Amino acid sequence: MRTILFIIQKEFLQVMRNKTMIPMIFALPFVQLVILANAATMDMKNIDILFVDKDLSSLSAELIRKFTHSPFFNVVSRGFSEKEAEEEMLKNNTDMIMVIPGDFEKDFYKSGKSDIQVQVDAINGMTAGLMNSYAAQIINSFYSEKLSSAGPNAIRQMPLKSVNVDYRFWYNSQLNFKLYMVPGILALLLTIIGMFLTSLNLVREKEIGTIEQINVTPIRKYQFIIGKLVPFWIIALFELALGLTLGKLLFNIPMEGSLLLLFAFAALYLIAVLGIGLFISTLSQTQQQAQFLNFFVMVTFVMLSGIFTPAESMPHWAQNVNLVNPLAYFIRINRMILLKGSGFADLSIDFAIMSVMAVSLTALATWRYRKIA
Amino acid sequence: MKEFLGFVKKEFIHIFRDVRTLVVLFGLPVAQILIFGFVIRNEIQDVNIAILDKSKDPVTFDITGKILSSGFFRLYSYLDSDTEIESVFKSGKVREVIVFEEGFADKLQRENKSALQVIADASDPNSARMIVSYTQGIVADYLKEVNRNVPLPQVINVPVRMMYNADLKSAFMFVPGTMALVLMLVSAMMTSISITREKETGTMEALLVSPLKPVQIIAGKVTPYIILSFINATVIILMGYFIFHLPIRGSIVLLFAETILFITLALSLGIMISTISNSQVTAMFIAAFALLLPTLLLSGFIFPVENMPRILQWLCSIMPPKYFITIIKNVMLKGTGIGEIWSETMILIGMTSFFLLVSSFRFKIRLQ
Repeated sequence: MRTILFIIQKEFLQVMRNKTMIPMIFALPFVQLVILANAATMDMKNIDILFVDKDLSSLSAELIRKFTHSPFFNVVSRGFSEKEAEEEMLKNNTDMIMVIPGDFEKDFYKSGKSDIQVQVDAINGMTAGLMNSYAAQIINSFYSEKLSSAGPNAIRQMPLKSVNVDYRFWYNSQLNFKLYMVPGILALLLTIIGMFLTSLNLVREKEIGTIEQINVTPIRKYQFIIGKLVPFWIIALFELALGLTLGKLLFNIPMEGSLLLLFAFAALYLIAVLGIGLFISTLSQTQQQAQFLNFFVMVTFVMLSGIFTPAESMPHWAQNVNLVNPLAYFIRINRMILLKGSGFADLSIDFAIMSVMAVSLTALATWRYRKIA
Repeated sequence: MKEFLGFVKKEFIHIFRDVRTLVVLFGLPVAQILIFGFVIRNEIQDVNIAILDKSKDPVTFDITGKILSSGFFRLYSYLDSDTEIESVFKSGKVREVIVFEEGFADKLQRENKSALQVIADASDPNSARMIVSYTQGIVADYLKEVNRNVPLPQVINVPVRMMYNADLKSAFMFVPGTMALVLMLVSAMMTSISITREKETGTMEALLVSPLKPVQIIAGKVTPYIILSFINATVIILMGYFIFHLPIRGSIVLLFAETILFITLALSLGIMISTISNSQVTAMFIAAFALLLPTLLLSGFIFPVENMPRILQWLCSIMPPKYFITIIKNVMLKGTGIGEIWSETMILIGMTSFFLLVSSFRFKIRLQ
């Protein structure tokens, strides 16, 4: 036990002495939270829209005004030629083109039917869909407003059956995307600290040859591994506390559930991640190799975990892969505890699975480690 | 020249001897493109829902049937009371609860009006928005059927053309982004680490006293990565073309010329990083935070730059990948020529010269 404590002390000294490490440990959560949470947003605003108004009627002007006043749109210009408009889109000067045909106003008052043609730059399929639905919303409300006040008589009163669909958004009524991202980012943060720092630190000993010196000391393998892992386990938990504080201060993220439960799960999760880091270190001879493996594993985990996109809509095989993806569990549980206030009863299965993962990953890594070093 | 070629050869041997890194080097882009292309989906499907039906009449059964047969939703369970809503959400098993009010069919029959409540778990705001609008759509479709005898004026007709990507395929955005990411990773990160490594292990001094000039040492270090990056870029473009049917509408020559320009930029950035860091860990962290994060997030790869706060938009505009991704999208998907992208190209050239200039100054200082 004393040996382990000495190794831990030595590791801490080394980490603290490293001039790049300290700023990293404090700056990392800050930079990640501030940049990631603000950059990773799907709240559309400033959609550039270009009107080709061939009608030039008061009705078309009114429609355009609706868009000018909307916080989501930014009317870049008006033109008369569709060809010019398309060229503007080629040059990335506009996201959307709306063509108002020549007899827009006339048609509307005669039959209540008019056409508007919309073109969307759809290279980014996700945002194209969103932009289109925002525009459709404005056009819809414009039409119904106009119809009820000035539309043809026949349309005004009809014995229609209707169902009023009233919707509520629970746990995030403002649909604030940041509240969704912050718990995910915290999970990323812990993974980077746990996996990257551990594997690099272990491989470094191999690379510069100091591992041999340790091998000839009476230190046992398990003592060495525990001594190496514990400091990063503590640092990562400290990062979580720091990240949560920043999240509260900067984004006012809700903390509905028990923080103790969150830290308990994080502690388990970190054991699993440290195990992966240890495992990666057994596969690599140089820090370069380790780093590359880290990135590979990390990117794959992150993409599969559903940090940006809902995991349910993935194909079934990917959902099955996620059953063994610790990051997917941690991100989901972070969100459940922080935003919804889920309790231990809701998460007991996840706790059990994570314990199994933590034990088996570290066991596997330790077993591999002994064979190589 | 002979010494230089010998040095390049040595570097190549170094890289090829390391099978693991090579596997990752070529496996990474392939895996990423496949994951992005096949896994990441933004539409919803098979979302678990719960239903609280206080009326239990033919109409609510009808609507329930419509919702469940849509393919978007799957029934997790029926609830019996309002109190269960909270707990079923907290267990994380469902994303939406639909509540039918009492006497639903009666009201619809007598007053032509009844109410339905949709509660969505908005801890994931985007899916919540989609789930609600899908549900509304299904109910609206149902009503259209019920009202089919009443003459409805067709008031709105807004035909939409999705330009350049009619099927809204996500590959159109992921392939250019992954290309930028992988090139950054391979060129900038690998170069910076490989040069810093010589410093850290002390072999840099040995190289410096050799007849090779410093420029040759750097050039020799960089050459293998130029080739590797180029192969990677080609693989990505081919995968996009053959697997995801991404069109190459513009000139291939221009596409490759811009790719080489970006590789050069990434390499010069890598060299610059290596001149300011003394250990591999430092180089890696600078590379990870100065390159990886911005390439993923501040380049318009996944999240559109226009949605970000002003300050971040400024930050984005000094990120090289942003310009490269714009160029690639323009040339490949829109089919533009150099005319529309010359300003982006000039910015990339300017950045490259800047990085090289800084590195050459920094490198000289180290030699003294």
